[in-house]
Amino acid sequence: MEIFDKTMRPGTKPEDVLLSVEGLHKWFEIKRLGLFRVGDVKAVDGVDFQLARGESVTVVGESGCGKSTLARTILGLYGPTKGRIVFDGRVIDGTDKEALAWYRRHVGFVQQDPFGALPPFMTVQRILNEPLVINGVKDPEERQRRIRKALEDVRLMPVEDYLTKFPHQLSGGQQQRLVIARAIILEPKLIVADEPVSMLDASVRVEIMQLLGRLQQQYNISIIYITHDLSTVRYFSDRIFVMYGAKLIEKARTKELLKNPSHPYAQALMNAIPDPDPDNVDRFREVPGGEPPSLMNPPAGCRFHPRCPAAIKGVCDVQEPPHFERGEQHLVACWLYGEEHAEQTA
Amino acid sequence: MNRVVKGFKDLAQYPSAIAGLVLISLFVALAVYAMVTMPLGQAIELWRGSGDVWQYTPRNAAPAWLNVFPGINKPVTMDFNTANMPEAKTVEEIAPGMWEVRVSFPFDFTYDEFPTEINVFTTVRNSTARPFFSMRWLTPDGREIPLGDVDLRASESFRLGQDARLTRRLGGRPAHMGLFADPNASEAVPLKGRYELVAEALVFEPDTELDVRLVVYGQLHGLAGTDHRRRDLTVALLWGTPIALAMGLMGAIGATVTTMAIAAVGTWYGGWVDNLIQRITEINMMLPGYPLLIMIGTLVDRNLLLLTAIWVALSIFSASIKSYRAMFLQVKEAPYIEAAKSYSASNMRIIVQYMMPRIIPVLVPTFVGLVPSFVFFEATISVLGLGDPLLPTWGKVLSEAQDMGALHNGYYYWVLAPSLLLVFSGAGFALLGFALDRIFNPRLRSL
Ligand SMILES: Nc1ncnc2c1ncn2[C@@H]1O[C@H](COP(=O)(O)OP(=O)(O)OP(=O)(O)O)[C@@H](O)[C@H]1O
Ligand SMILES: [Mg+2]
Repeated sequence: MEIFDKTMRPGTKPEDVLLSVEGLHKWFEIKRLGLFRVGDVKAVDGVDFQLARGESVTVVGESGCGKSTLARTILGLYGPTKGRIVFDGRVIDGTDKEALAWYRRHVGFVQQDPFGALPPFMTVQRILNEPLVINGVKDPEERQRRIRKALEDVRLMPVEDYLTKFPHQLSGGQQQRLVIARAIILEPKLIVADEPVSMLDASVRVEIMQLLGRLQQQYNISIIYITHDLSTVRYFSDRIFVMYGAKLIEKARTKELLKNPSHPYAQALMNAIPDPDPDNVDRFREVPGGEPPSLMNPPAGCRFHPRCPAAIKGVCDVQEPPHFERGEQHLVACWLYGEEHAEQTA
Repeated sequence: MNRVVKGFKDLAQYPSAIAGLVLISLFVALAVYAMVTMPLGQAIELWRGSGDVWQYTPRNAAPAWLNVFPGINKPVTMDFNTANMPEAKTVEEIAPGMWEVRVSFPFDFTYDEFPTEINVFTTVRNSTARPFFSMRWLTPDGREIPLGDVDLRASESFRLGQDARLTRRLGGRPAHMGLFADPNASEAVPLKGRYELVAEALVFEPDTELDVRLVVYGQLHGLAGTDHRRRDLTVALLWGTPIALAMGLMGAIGATVTTMAIAAVGTWYGGWVDNLIQRITEINMMLPGYPLLIMIGTLVDRNLLLLTAIWVALSIFSASIKSYRAMFLQVKEAPYIEAAKSYSASNMRIIVQYMMPRIIPVLVPTFVGLVPSFVFFEATISVLGLGDPLLPTWGKVLSEAQDMGALHNGYYYWVLAPSLLLVFSGAGFALLGFALDRIFNPRLRSL
């Protein structure tokens, strides 16, 4: 496999690449009255990145920019409209059911709403048993051993106290621990966590983030962490991808991006990283003025230009910016960093 | 599931639910009693009434307990049999190689009206020669009426009321009246007091066994009375209980579970599957149910199981499929379903183990409410003449009562007992269903 993601740690060998997302598109066809095609919501519109084993990345972006769709497409819950996913050297598409089952065994999913993510009529025991049974762990003792281990890993202890409980008998934080236990019980190589703490009390967010970080270290799991809130990034995450209007507009190592955000949208985000005051945690949503772009009829050129204070007339509203290199392992899709190109088109 | 348990705990606060539960428990107890005391095969055999099983009971007798009402004092069946009353029989060797068997059935007759029949049955075993047999009738006022003598074959029935010579001797009254009539009264009224049937037989072998049975058929009989074929209605009323409960429960379970499964499959796969199910439902909702059944019942087969299956099929594609569909559309979007897909749960597993359990609590009241409709269904098709020809059921009793014009002939008991059983069992489930609906349905919104 070829390494095309220039923000990967230098010296990463091809065999270290766990996941390769190449030109991924997910469009939803919209029909009026269930008949006439009105257009497509382009919820993921050309996403490329690679992820190394044990590496974690954060995808950050405002509401509606396509983060959850990206997560679901990566998980194989949606078939991509275009592009492909390569996992551990195998191409994953809907045509090979066996490969898809193998892929799903190696990828865990942590959802946003822990209560909704747990079948309310199943006990903890059964919830954790399901993935094992479905994925062919036949020996009941082996299943029991793994259920105990998963519960211990997420610190739901003593295990006996939890096995017979139903989800509604657990607190929000405990529910999310259970969701994480379910996600790791098949010993995955990758976890996709879609806003895993946004619905939890501020008081338990930190411990859930620390838990994810610890599991990543302990089992060398790769994590794709999706959030709209950059303040949680620091718990783990090697790189940050900034998503805007269904595309990744800036990719860099975490420290670099926090220190040196380049895209005007990313800069607005950074300014919005909240002060320790927990009341301001969600403030960033409002920061960049104006409307998020329509994903059915996105603005021509750079999708951020209508809201951009630094937009160059005749450039940004005409041609879509490619990823420009901005320092070490730092890519940004903004004409401000490639003006020579802009001049060419102008 | 624990929500279901909790729901049932809440029931205690609803008097209607308690009444319903009490009724249901009574019927369940009755059903258990029926099944324990008499196997189904035996009940079917009895109800078919082949051979002479029912010759010892009166025809169209009302229940015996009617006598507790003031002003009613009608004869109840009296049945004497030497096979279970050895003390009524004496054997004496009166000459070498000749024994006299003497049978005596004394009894008190205190009723205001005449019995409906009087018969004597005899059986002889281990005899090569025919025993010589004679009977006498002793009345309270000291008269002795000879009833004739005969050489006995292995088994004989003496239908005294049909004996024309005896009738003539009794002044033109058949034996069940003439033997009991007061000779001094101008009208036919029974004489009360101690009667006795004496039967004597000469047998010629030492091991010959002779049994005599006297049956004085009452106007009243047993707990539930008898029908036109002398069958004791308790058989059908008792055994009708487990059959009705089984019909009701199986029908309701069948209908609810299948409706739910079909709605779940349609919602899950969507597309043409869902469309097809919806169109079938719409067409079915316009089809007339009972006429269709009459057609199938007359043209194809009168089999209770088949007709029930058709009825279940008709009720599957009913309005409820639409409401289940609405619920499933919501359940389908639950994140836990998406999670299940992410660990490769199959479509079948998701439908059966992830979607259906979610709406079961909502189904409990619907299910309980459906039970009476299937209990009544059996009765309806029986009255329509489509009932299973063999099974003793409440519906069959009703249907035969109707055929025999029970109400015109004053056999109210024949119609009332099965009707009340139907109404009370239906009411039991309906009362419980109402209460369950009130308990479970507020939660519908929190699905
Ligand atoms: N199944 C679908 N069919 C049609 N449109 C969809 C579907 N799923 C998502 N969309 C649209 O795609 C866009 C991106 O949605 P998505 O849920 O991926 O955003 P998000 O970044 O996760 O937002 P949030 O922060 O609110 O979770 C939205 O405009 C949404 O309306
Ligand atoms: Mg989302």
